[in-house]
Parts: sequence; C-alpha cells; structure tokens
Amino acid sequence: MNTAAQQRRKERIDRGIKVRTDGLYALMSWRELAYLIAPRSILIVGLLILPLVMPGRYWPRVISIACIYALVAMSFDFLAHYVGLVSLGGAFFVGIGSYLSAILNTSLGLPPLIAVPVATLAGGAFCTLVLLPCLPLRGVYFAIVTLMYPLFMARLIEALDIVGGTDGIMGIDSFPSAWIEQYGVIVMVLIFLFGLRRLVNTDFGLVLRAVKDNDQAVKASGMNITRYKALAVFIASATGCLAGACLAHIYMWTGISTFALDFSILPIAATVIGGSGTLVGPVLGCLILVPVSELLRDFGTLRIVFYSLILLAFVVFRSDGLMAYGQRKYDQFERWTKI
Amino acid sequence: MEILIYGTINSVALALYALGFALVYGISRLPNFAHGALYVLSGFIAWSAINTLGLNYPLSILLTMVVMAVIGALIYYLFLIRVRGMEISEIIASYAIALAILEGLRWGGFRGMTYTLPAFIEGSTAIAGISVDYQRLLVVGFGAVLVIFLWLFTHYTRIGLALRGMAQDERAALMLGIDSDIMAVVAMGLGSMLAAFAAILLLPLGNIVVESGYNVLILAIAVCIVGGIGSWIGAVLAAFLIGFAQILTVVYLGSHYQMMVALLAIILTLIIKPSGLFGQQKELEERV
Repeated sequence: MNTAAQQRRKERIDRGIKVRTDGLYALMSWRELAYLIAPRSILIVGLLILPLVMPGRYWPRVISIACIYALVAMSFDFLAHYVGLVSLGGAFFVGIGSYLSAILNTSLGLPPLIAVPVATLAGGAFCTLVLLPCLPLRGVYFAIVTLMYPLFMARLIEALDIVGGTDGIMGIDSFPSAWIEQYGVIVMVLIFLFGLRRLVNTDFGLVLRAVKDNDQAVKASGMNITRYKALAVFIASATGCLAGACLAHIYMWTGISTFALDFSILPIAATVIGGSGTLVGPVLGCLILVPVSELLRDFGTLRIVFYSLILLAFVVFRSDGLMAYGQRKYDQFERWTKI
Repeated sequence: MEILIYGTINSVALALYALGFALVYGISRLPNFAHGALYVLSGFIAWSAINTLGLNYPLSILLTMVVMAVIGALIYYLFLIRVRGMEISEIIASYAIALAILEGLRWGGFRGMTYTLPAFIEGSTAIAGISVDYQRLLVVGFGAVLVIFLWLFTHYTRIGLALRGMAQDERAALMLGIDSDIMAVVAMGLGSMLAAFAAILLLPLGNIVVESGYNVLILAIAVCIVGGIGSWIGAVLAAFLIGFAQILTVVYLGSHYQMMVALLAIILTLIIKPSGLFGQQKELEERV
C-alpha cells in the first residue's frame, strides 16, 4: 500500500440536477425536463431509426433478431432481479412460443398478426402451468430445473416425432409487410421495456421484490407467494413466447433449435453485460452482443468462445454491467477527498 | 441378465461422472457447470499426450490427471473464488468456462469420430453367455475401488477430514484453523481430477466428442439431484437407479429416450422431493 492512496479516496455525490428532478420539481424548468427525457428519448429514437440507417437487407434483419433476444433477456432480468427466480430456460419460452404460433398458423390458418398474440398468451399460460410445481424451489435448484425443461422438450419432440420432429415446421406465413416485421418487434421491445419498468414500481412490483428479498415475511403478511410468483412467471414467459412467435414468422420456419441453449445463454450474457436489474441493460446488451456475434460469424464456434469469455469477465470482475456504469456517470460526479 | 450386466456397467459409469460434481458441490457449494467440459478436456489432453507427445499409456494417464487437477484448481483460484457464495454468478461463470472450453476444442478441430483413447486391455470375455469387453469390467472394478478410496480419504486423512468439516459447517471449520478458500481450491482440483479419471476409464468405450460434455454434465446433475447432496451413499444409489432406468428404457422403448430419463429424473425429483432421496444436510430449508 502506498501512502498516497491511503490519504485520498474517491467520493461520489449525486448531481444537483439529479436531486432536483427526483420529485415533482422536475417540472420546474426545461433543463430539468430535458435531463430526464434525454436518455429515454435517445433509446426510443435510436431504436426506431436504427433499421433505416442500417445498409442492405441483412443488417435490419440482425436488428430484428437482436430485438427478439432483447425480449428474452428482459424476461430473464425481470424474473431474476425482481422476483428472485433465476430461470436458465429462456429457450423454453422461445421454443413454446414459436411452436404454438407455427401450429396456429399452419394448421388453423390464422394470419400471423392474430397467431402471434394468441401464441403469446397461450404460451405464457402453458409455461406457467408447467413451471407451477417448481415455484417453491429456490436459487440453484430453480435454475437447474428450468435449464432442463427446454432440453427435455427438444428430446421429447425428437423422440416422439411430433410437430415436425427433427425437420421442424416449414411453410409458416411471414408478416404482411417488411415494415410490420421490422417495426413490430422494435415497438414490442419498447412497450415491454417501459411496461415492465412501470410494473416493478407499482404495489404489485413491490410485493414481487419483497418475495425476492424475504419470502417468509411476505407469507407472514398473509399474501400467497405462489400466486405472485405464478403471475410474475406468466408475465416473463409471455414475453419470451412473444419473442419466439415473432421469430417463427421472421424465419418462416421453426424447429427444435429454438429450444437450443443459444436462447438461454445469450440473453443471460446480454443481461450481465448490459447491467442486471435495470431492464434497459439487457436491451443494450443484446444490441451490442448480437451484431458483434454476427460480425464474428466467420470465426465459427470461436465466437462462442469469445462471448463466453466476455461473459466470464463481466460476471467475475464487473458484475454491475455497462448500464449501472453509465447511470453512475450520468447521475453523479466523482471527486477525490482527503481522509 | 443382459439388462443386469449392462445396467450395472452403465450405473457405475454414471457414478463416475457424478462423483467429481458431487464432491465439489458438497464441499464448496459450487454448482460446477464446467464439469462436463473438464471431462472432455481431459480426454483430449490424454489423447495429445499419447499421440502428440508420444508418451506411453500409463505415463500419459498420470500426466492427464495431474494437469487436470492443476487446471481445475487454477480455474477456481483465478475466477470462481471471486464469486464465491453467489450461486447464480457461480453457475453463469462456470457455464461460461464450460462453453469456452468446449467450443474452443471444437474450433481447434477436435470433432468427428477420429479421436479415441486405447483401452487398458483389449478383448472381451463372456459372463453367463453375454460377451462383455474387459474395459467395461475394469470400469466397474475401478469405480468400486474409487468409491472405497474416496471414503477412506475423507475419513482418515487430514485434508479429507478438513474437506468434510468444511462441508458440514464452514464457520466451525474456520475456527478450527481450516482455510476454507484453500480447501475450496483443493476440492475443485480433486473434482477435476475425478473428471479426468472418469474420462480415462470411460472414453475408450467410444469416441471423444465435444457434445458428450453437455451430456456428462446433465447426467452428473441428475445423479446428484436424485441422490441428494451431501450423501455419498445417495449418489451411488441414485446412479444405479438412473443407470438401470436408462438401460430399461433403451431396451423397451428405444435409445431416443435415454437422455430423457435423466432429464425427467431431475425435474420430477425437484418437484416431488426437493431434498433428493437421501439428502441429509438441512436441504429442505435451502431448496424450498
């Protein structure tokens, strides 16, 4: 230890404008309003014009895929950091959603714009029902059991040779126009993002966070924790199913690869990198990770090595993620003080 | 009779997969998702020791086990120790390590059917009219020896007792002068050595393929969950339960269903009896 470092420490203090904009006083002046609105509008406008500035037909598609991953990542973040249920089975939601939408479209002939919402709700209900017996589990055990569900579904479809078996379901209708396909997903990401952010600040969200921190206390207050957990799982799995349903119609194909580990791991990596517990972080993480992994496609499986190493580094050394870092820089200033 | 023999062999193989995982989890509470990757990695190290370095077989076995122990200890010491106690971070970090190892090996060109380890003794014999090759018999023999050895190690050596003390009550162990960080590193080294041991015994039966890393992990988790953590007897019995169930489904339903048995076993056990069949250490509180 050198002595200079012992004499000084870094201190972080909220900016004046941050404190002023905390309450109703935010309405005081345009500057305060702009301070609040700027980050949000950068995200919204940025997401909306992103497909327009991207060249060619390929990169807008990458943005769509990134948004689909972002939906799954948000559902992971919501469940893990606001309810305390760490689900490693994002692929389960994606798979169920995409199969349901595919079946609704090919067998019943529903157009995509009806099949997607129906698959979202029905898939959410189905996933909740299937996960219901596991809800009392905690921590690692819930994580393990949810990790097993998508693997199990994939083998089940393979072994029983139902719903297309290993070939998957082909000939799914695409969205009516390229614009709906592109902006449908983006708008959905924005709606779910701001919706979930609202939700976690309502009374319902408060109970969910209480369940995460101390479920015995919630139980003692006479609330049924299983009911709250089930509702949260329904919201999260519906989000995941929506992602899967959109995926099926964008690719016009679905198969057991929707149950693959990709859909469980990449969203988690995005959440960790973007900043866990912020809900914006996962979206940001996906918008970084998915294009980067597309750029690295030439390297084959080396890109999985690459992003698992990034994930490892972030989990171990920088567990608060990019978003928390950005927030700190935006809201606070730092200075050295003498001790 | 065929079911009995092959069921036993399969069960011992499962127990071998699971012992390393159970050891690490039991002692340092680390759900080591890199276990399957370490298993495959040790297969490749053994292969390169024989074919690239040109060492003879016993020497390369020894080398593999030592190298794997060092790798395991290093992984823990460099990365996992920093997220110790945060179970979810541990899972994600160790899973990231597993992905890096497995996909790195795949990228490095280890794929397909070309990589095999030699058997200890070639040839086969007949038991009650069913031919069994010597390697499979050796698996059963060595499996039994390993379980006995581990039991002796954890009951009669200083390090073994320290490890067991940590598993039972970490605070009390700390007060008695057992450095829990060092012990966790030792446990991880030992766990990856067990993975190497399993790999060397079991890989001669087939090819070294990267995909088996994921399956080994699932099987190890299945055995540990069904058996109940903290119970050696439970793990061995669960290995037999799942092993026979797998062989029975293969015989009567088809080989597609083999992995499903393990997955279903995990899901059902966690739903119906989360502490496992033979769990001892106040599991119910932690899991539910």
